[in-house]
Amino acid sequence: MARLLAIGLVAGVFSALFGVGGGIIIVPLLVALVGFDGRRATGTSLAAIGITAAAGALAYWLHGDLKVGSAALVGLPAAVGAVAGVALQQRLQTRTLTFGFSLVLAAVGIRLLV
Amino acid sequence: MEILAAVLGFLGGVLAGLFGVGGGILFVPTLVLVLGLGQVHAEATSLLAILPAVVAGAWRQQRYGNVDWRAALLLGLGSIAGVAGGVELAKALPEDVLRRLFAVFMLAVAASVAWRAVRMKPAYPRADDSA
Repeated sequence: MARLLAIGLVAGVFSALFGVGGGIIIVPLLVALVGFDGRRATGTSLAAIGITAAAGALAYWLHGDLKVGSAALVGLPAAVGAVAGVALQQRLQTRTLTFGFSLVLAAVGIRLLV
Repeated sequence: MEILAAVLGFLGGVLAGLFGVGGGILFVPTLVLVLGLGQVHAEATSLLAILPAVVAGAWRQQRYGNVDWRAALLLGLGSIAGVAGGVELAKALPEDVLRRLFAVFMLAVAASVAWRAVRMKPAYPRADDSA
């Protein structure tokens, strides 16, 4: 229980600081520290992120930083995509796909850095 | 630009479901580079944009029996204190510093995802031995 709260705390800092859900922190920590398998960690992480992201959005809204229209523009198509993604996850998890994802992340990261 | 942002949102959602992340790592650069938001506004907005995707994703994962709700609740409760600190930190930093920190975070995530791929077995003909 203490481990779960501690993982949540760390994920919460990263989530709010970077505007991400924190799954990238939660999933490996659930596997390494709590002994979850990959799928269970992924599913549980998604549910936890619901709470984390709601808390973060609320806190930023209080600061007047939230753009609701832009959030809907990106977030509503994303919900449709997420359903497709989870269905795909049951069927494939290839190295090529995972490498491709890491390359996309690296390219965008470099674009933002310069 | 609006259409591009919506398409990238859809793709971010697919990756969210596929890799078990909320999609925010792709929403933030979309909001900054495509819609021209500042880094703080993009991060705030990304957190709201994540919500429909994670609700949809968690609902689907539950149908596959992959959600431990008690653990999720404890993680979520623990995260609230962290969120409060993270927002204050993001607001205290100069915006270009925050953007570069985010970029470094993205590169670290890219490395971690690449490492995950390295450790995978080469081919998965069936779903029951992945992840």
